[in-house]
Amino acid sequence: MTPRQKRMWFIVAGLALVAAAVGLVLFALQNNVSLYFTPTQVYNKEAPQARSFRIGGLVEEGSLRREQDGLTAHFKITDTHKTISVVYKGILPDLFKEGKGVVAQGKLEADNVFRAEEVLAKHDENYMPPEAVDAINKAEAAKAADKQTGASSAEYPVAK
Amino acid sequence: MAINWFKYSAPTTFYGLAGKLIPYFAWPAAILFAIGIYIGFFVAPTDATQSEAYRIIFLHVPASILSMFIYLIMAGYAALGLIFNTRLSSMMAQALAPTGALFAFVSLWSGALWGKPMWGAWWVWDARLTSELILLFLYLGYIALHASIEDTRRADKASALLAIVGSVNVPIIYFSVKWWNTLHQGATIKMSGTSMHIAMQQAMFAVMAACWLYAIAVALARVRGIILEREANTQWVNDLPEVKQMNGEHS
Repeated sequence: MTPRQKRMWFIVAGLALVAAAVGLVLFALQNNVSLYFTPTQVYNKEAPQARSFRIGGLVEEGSLRREQDGLTAHFKITDTHKTISVVYKGILPDLFKEGKGVVAQGKLEADNVFRAEEVLAKHDENYMPPEAVDAINKAEAAKAADKQTGASSAEYPVAK
Repeated sequence: MAINWFKYSAPTTFYGLAGKLIPYFAWPAAILFAIGIYIGFFVAPTDATQSEAYRIIFLHVPASILSMFIYLIMAGYAALGLIFNTRLSSMMAQALAPTGALFAFVSLWSGALWGKPMWGAWWVWDARLTSELILLFLYLGYIALHASIEDTRRADKASALLAIVGSVNVPIIYFSVKWWNTLHQGATIKMSGTSMHIAMQQAMFAVMAACWLYAIAVALARVRGIILEREANTQWVNDLPEVKQMNGEHS
């Protein structure tokens, strides 16, 4: 092997080793690297007990309720499998909405209610003008109406 | 037609070639940037959930992608310099570092400005944000390490190792939103296509192309400076008309 090839293999092997080491470290730290736990993980007691942690999921539709003081909000975080009730006193971010992503930091109390100190909205990867969202909503409403009447939008009348 | 490409791997010839190429990258960069920003602010529609604040993506996404790509190119040049002992490769790696650091900084900064109104926080320690911050530190570390060693050949070798080892971080940044739960959203533009509005795409791709061209133009300009600095004692540099003129002014 020429010195040039030797240097090349040294770099390739070194890079592979470093990548493997970093990969193993990250794999071992998997739960610590993740920003939040899902409600299912909380139910399975994978989340820390009696210590602050974050829950992430969707705000359940129809679960948001505000108290008279205008600051305290009650809502439920769901991963569509399990659901956790959350209480939060403070200003909710602009993107906070029912059916949208949310990450809350706080503690799980004995009554299984999550007392949040901080609530962050999680945005999804879709960028759409309002008209497009309207169109999608209308299409879905039409689909639902079709289902009720028994007709399917995919089928069209064929002459027999 | 046979072109001897190796001719241009010599700093002496590359210096002139780089000087000729710069305007061909700099002008399109400026024009495309103006077009992209115009489409982004005046043509692209507002977003349904984020209203006007989403327009940060026209800068944020190109800056983030460039910060990762430039790092890989820089590490590639550093490796070439280390393996083949080519002087120009090490100079190119050194020339790319500040531009990469700039894009990493713009990515983090624009993201923070967007994060406060949208998420409710300037910063969270999620995997995407943290690994991008590490990328910025790798760039700064590379620049600092290179600057701290007097002998340029040794500086090239030491900082090349740092650049190569650091390249492990780039796939981590890219896949972080897939591998772990993060607050940062997943990729909007995927291999399978995108759900984005066409004008939003046009604006983003125009700015991205502008950033690419800008990065190339700036790297070429910087590598010319590095060549002059490193070869300051050679005859060909002293024979350059611009150097002669400057020396004439001094005396």
